[in-house]
Amino acid sequence: MAHADTHDHHDHDHKPTGIGRWLFATNHKDIGTMYLLFALMMFFLGGAMALGIRLELFKPGMQWFDPAFYNSLVTNHALIMIFGAVMPAWVGLANWMIPLQVGAPDMALPRMNNYSFWILPFAFTLLLSSFFTAGGGPAGGWTLYPPLSLQAGDSFPLTIFAIHMMGISSIMGAINVIVTIMNMRAPGMTLLKLPLFCWTWLITAYLLIAVMPVLAGAVTMLLTDHYFGTSFFNPAGGGDPVMFQHIFWFFGHPEVYILILPAFGIVSEIIPAFSRKPLFGYDAMVYASASIAFLSFIVWAHHMFTVGMPLAGQMFFMMSTMLIAIPTGVKVFNWTATMWKGSITFEPPMLFALAFLFLFTIGGFSGLMLAIAPADFQYQDTYFVVAHFHYVLVPGAVFAIMAGVYYWLPKWTGHMYSMSLAKWHFWLSTVSVNVLFFPQHFLGLAGMPRRIPDYSTQFTDWNMVSSVGGFVFGFSQLLFVVVVWQCARGGAKATDKVWDGQMTGLEWTVASPAPYHSFTDAPDLTGVADTHH
Amino acid sequence: MLNRKVLSALGGILAALPALAYESSYNMTTGVTDISRQVHGLHMMTFWVCVAIAVAVFGVMIYSIMTFRKSKGAVADQTLLHSTKVEVIWTVIPVLILIGVAVPTAKTMVRMDDTRNADLSIKITGYQWKWQYEYMGTGVSFYSTLAPSSNEARQLHSGIDPKSVKDYLLEVDHPVVVPVDAKVRLLLTGNDVIHSWWVPDFAVKKDAIPGFINEAWFKAEKIGHYTGQCTELCGRDHGFMPIAVDVVSKEDYAKWLAAQQEAAKAAAPAATTAANSAASASATL
Repeated sequence: MAHADTHDHHDHDHKPTGIGRWLFATNHKDIGTMYLLFALMMFFLGGAMALGIRLELFKPGMQWFDPAFYNSLVTNHALIMIFGAVMPAWVGLANWMIPLQVGAPDMALPRMNNYSFWILPFAFTLLLSSFFTAGGGPAGGWTLYPPLSLQAGDSFPLTIFAIHMMGISSIMGAINVIVTIMNMRAPGMTLLKLPLFCWTWLITAYLLIAVMPVLAGAVTMLLTDHYFGTSFFNPAGGGDPVMFQHIFWFFGHPEVYILILPAFGIVSEIIPAFSRKPLFGYDAMVYASASIAFLSFIVWAHHMFTVGMPLAGQMFFMMSTMLIAIPTGVKVFNWTATMWKGSITFEPPMLFALAFLFLFTIGGFSGLMLAIAPADFQYQDTYFVVAHFHYVLVPGAVFAIMAGVYYWLPKWTGHMYSMSLAKWHFWLSTVSVNVLFFPQHFLGLAGMPRRIPDYSTQFTDWNMVSSVGGFVFGFSQLLFVVVVWQCARGGAKATDKVWDGQMTGLEWTVASPAPYHSFTDAPDLTGVADTHH
Repeated sequence: MLNRKVLSALGGILAALPALAYESSYNMTTGVTDISRQVHGLHMMTFWVCVAIAVAVFGVMIYSIMTFRKSKGAVADQTLLHSTKVEVIWTVIPVLILIGVAVPTAKTMVRMDDTRNADLSIKITGYQWKWQYEYMGTGVSFYSTLAPSSNEARQLHSGIDPKSVKDYLLEVDHPVVVPVDAKVRLLLTGNDVIHSWWVPDFAVKKDAIPGFINEAWFKAEKIGHYTGQCTELCGRDHGFMPIAVDVVSKEDYAKWLAAQQEAAKAAAPAATTAANSAASASATL
């Protein structure tokens, strides 16, 4: 170790140069940057598809697309946003921040880190190339329900293999997070001193390892049903199409917590920082996250209330789903209590965290309503569901990603960004995201099914409002690119502490920009007072 | 004076809110069955529970944001780290609320699940992209597809304004006809992929799955024309296979059924003859 340390000191901040720095990257910051840029590209690609959808739905009648192409837009929008934008953004943030937060020099498995990133561009090239195959892109919905998904043309194997690759990438990323957090924490950093972003990511990583293989199994069975004459899901051969839904949602429900748990972590760091007060109920936050993760394995069939489950099954999944409201409620109450008697300021990361707090909670309320099985018969597969999951995913997960980027960007680049531009981005996004998604509650309740390219004329007004919101939201995101671009290029020098807040993480003890190799000497936290308790 | 005006205006808005909420372009229909009214009741109950919680939680959030500002000189209370008492309270209260919601919900679920003692049974088969209705034990069976006027208007660049089409995308060529105040049992299956049969006014949504027979029921209490749509993505024309149900008086239903059976009989001999001639043709071969 001593030798390695000396060596590192010689090489301090010696960066590899040229394309090799990125192709053969093993540095957690470089890999984190690539993940984040990839996620940003996919966010715009998936967003462009969403605007295509909103364009077609602007008014009744078919104006732009063939219904089959519309279906492939819907399908790919979901796959790209989930697997291409939100998940890689979380892995990117994990890469950048976990070593800095636990006091480690890098991620535990740097080469695997490289593989797990570089699989992604190939995976998405496969998925997107399917648009140019006979029959067009996958159009059976991201949920890939058979028998419909089996009707796909040549896009089918491309989609399946792309999903396999995304899954492998996620599993490798998750292994890296677990090994890093478990083995590379600075001396004295007990698990209950871990920053909450690390905690929620640790739990997320276990969820990923548990359910990604389940998805891989489900899509492999689809593949063999399609090409090798098996009948897993084909009733004519003794198979069961509903079994696919059970397997899929056994993956799919934990997956939604994979998308949101790191958001809980980020918000749990930003709200105390700008309330200048330690997080209220740190232990309760950790246990609530773990409870949510556990519950996520026993609620899956609430996505399937209309498939014809026995009454006892419906009761079980309704009750278990309602239980999730309790740990989630604990989290919302703790965040609120953190602000109580605080000393609050409203920097861009705090603004996004506050919007998260309000709007994610709205998504939580509609989630509770959806749990009520008899009412779910009316909500299921309508725009009410679309509104619900977009509230938890856009002003939920995506806003938390924005909050995290605005929080740590000066630490990454060494520059402050334009606060006024970031605030413009915030206000435009927050207003337009509500104009975009709130009316979709009304549409769903009034009876508009989801995944339809055209609608009955009574749904016209709210669809127009929603589309206008969609375009404003979409174009507002260009401001985010401007802010990040300017900040990467230059700007006022950021201090080590960056913010005038109460931050406790180790990332604020290193220079801004953070040195290329994080902690060559582990900081010793033994005996350091536990700020959370 | 001004305050009173503002207050009365606010009161007016608040009073108008429930009316607004019941407007059909904002909210779930109350429907025309006992079950649909119960479902609507559960929906509104849960909604108001959420509103109450939102008022409390958002109230505290907004109060904190407004009051505990650094710019107003607020100094953070560093001792406020956790409180077992408060944490127990805000865990137990949601549990009680959830139990309060779950009990009436479970009652409705048990009723919805009871398909016994039906007055008539209709087998519904989903196809890409139409519905087939078979009136069990009567010999009446027909397909129901999107009405030609809608179908023409919904083509890409059709140039037809959907607003000029009656019940655009909700009209069919052959609506289902059922008697009023009769318990209608539905048996649902799919022929190719999974579809889902939904009529909001009956609060019935059930998937039509190949290889499965699902059951559902409704008892419409009001004569009228009710529409719905397929709600499970089923391919290219998923958005274009609506459902229309005519609820008619028992007498009208009897007349309609007799006419359908007559028509079926008239068609049957022709079909039999055709089958016979086909059989004899193959025999001679």
